[in-house]
Amino acid sequence: MREVQQLRDDILHQLEDNGRIDLSTLAVLIGSDEARVANEVAQMEKEKIICGYSALIDWDKTGIERVTALIEVRVTPQRGEGFDKIAARIYNFPEVESCYLISGGYDLMVILDGRTLKEVSMFVSEKLSSLEAIISTSTHFILKRYKDNGIVMAASKEAERMLVSP
Amino acid sequence: MRNPLSKRIMEIQPSGIRKFFDIASEMKDVISLGVGEPDFDTPWRIREEGIYSLEKGRTFYTSNAGLLELRNEISKYMARTIEVTYQAEKEVVLTAGGSEGIDIALRCMVEAGDEVLVPQPSFVSYVPCVAMTGATPVVIPLQNENQFKLTLAELEAVTTAKTKVLMLSFPNNPTGAVMTREDLLPIAEFVLQHDLYVISDEIYSELCYHGPHVSIASLPGMRERTVVINGFSKGFAMTGWRLGYCCGPEMIIEQMIKLHQFAIMCAPTTSQYAAVEGLRNCSSDVEKMRKSYNERRRFLMHAFQHMQIGCFEPFGAFYVFPDIREFGMTSEEFATQLLMAEKVAVVPGTAFGDCGEGFLRISYAYSLEDIKEALRRLEKFIMKLRGCESGC
Repeated sequence: MREVQQLRDDILHQLEDNGRIDLSTLAVLIGSDEARVANEVAQMEKEKIICGYSALIDWDKTGIERVTALIEVRVTPQRGEGFDKIAARIYNFPEVESCYLISGGYDLMVILDGRTLKEVSMFVSEKLSSLEAIISTSTHFILKRYKDNGIVMAASKEAERMLVSP
Repeated sequence: MRNPLSKRIMEIQPSGIRKFFDIASEMKDVISLGVGEPDFDTPWRIREEGIYSLEKGRTFYTSNAGLLELRNEISKYMARTIEVTYQAEKEVVLTAGGSEGIDIALRCMVEAGDEVLVPQPSFVSYVPCVAMTGATPVVIPLQNENQFKLTLAELEAVTTAKTKVLMLSFPNNPTGAVMTREDLLPIAEFVLQHDLYVISDEIYSELCYHGPHVSIASLPGMRERTVVINGFSKGFAMTGWRLGYCCGPEMIIEQMIKLHQFAIMCAPTTSQYAAVEGLRNCSSDVEKMRKSYNERRRFLMHAFQHMQIGCFEPFGAFYVFPDIREFGMTSEEFATQLLMAEKVAVVPGTAFGDCGEGFLRISYAYSLEDIKEALRRLEKFIMKLRGCESGC
């Protein structure tokens, strides 16, 4: 059992770093065999431990306009359902990139991707603020992305090591 | 005009690596697996502490032996890793890298008339450093079939009445070999019987992939006969900071501090402050790097198996030492042709001693992408040598 857990941990760490790694390489790196790894990955996909694979893109380097906003939302929790129901009302909008229940002065953190500032503002005023349970919102636009998902977005630096050394 | 140079320095051969470096650096698009240092940047916590110490204006000499705060941390580190206790005040000295430690330990311990046993293949500085003391280096050629470990029989064969010091370096550069407790026990027993001393270069101690590192100093009776050399370069990815240390009996360390004081004064102050943070709070960074090296090690071994290149499985450092004797070329010929034909730089085994003939040192302190590309080129090269152009 512990062995399986270890194998799963190893696989997940590898995939978290590089979702595109091929399973045969992954198996070699963690010292397992491909069939077992493939089986475990399929199993974890089924169990929704692995929920998807995506690329990390620095949109600023493309010509495509994109605006990301962090929206702090205060809501009135509902009897019997707590925050879940209102959260679902929010996260089901396709514009919502992420939605978290958080501790502190606010209840929900909503991360929104839009094409323009206006689009985001419209969403907040028309869709979000108009929900009954919402007490207040506070919208922060991201101005610059320094690091995302553990990856520093700045240009990679030149290798500075000597070519050969003892 | 008189010759300004001493006979001793003129007799020392320049490092065999230099030549390769010169050729490789003239070429374009070379992919190198020839480097003996980590590809990771120093963990940010350590760098940040270095920056902070500079901001605070901690730019003065430290005591000759090094910051007591750091020596205390080293003492604790040694107790928890190799289970040997050293007094921070008297038995630890900070040096400008492990290399200085090797040099001053030898200069304090041997002189003309003494013999120093140097198992090879091993780091390039041992033999020249011994030679500069006037003592005689006696090379022990280690064997592939023993996975490049030192055996009792090999030790017995070369020990004489003049033998004083045995240089040990495991995990080993360039072979990646490690010695387990069982491997070291008979060596330690022999050292005790013959009243020898050991200088044990354990700079790769953090990079063991099959159980924790065992120091010969931790074996019965050996603490008083061993100077342990270690440092921050490899495990903590701090090569450029030039910070190493030596631990050993007071009687030897005291003299090493004297020599260190006259030659270097003290190890770099910024590095010392940064290293305190390293020992206190960076074990998870070290662990992460070790894990990453281990993955690449597995990847290389797998690739060699696939290419049918003979290579014993090394369990330490970040090197593999494949056997290329089937190609009927010297190591240097092979490495030169590989560089010219496929632009892959590796180091011929002979750079680490004559007994490295027939082997290459391949470093895996590189990203997986670099390693993959280098292996692709290497495979193409050996396919040609084997006379099968398109896969066989």
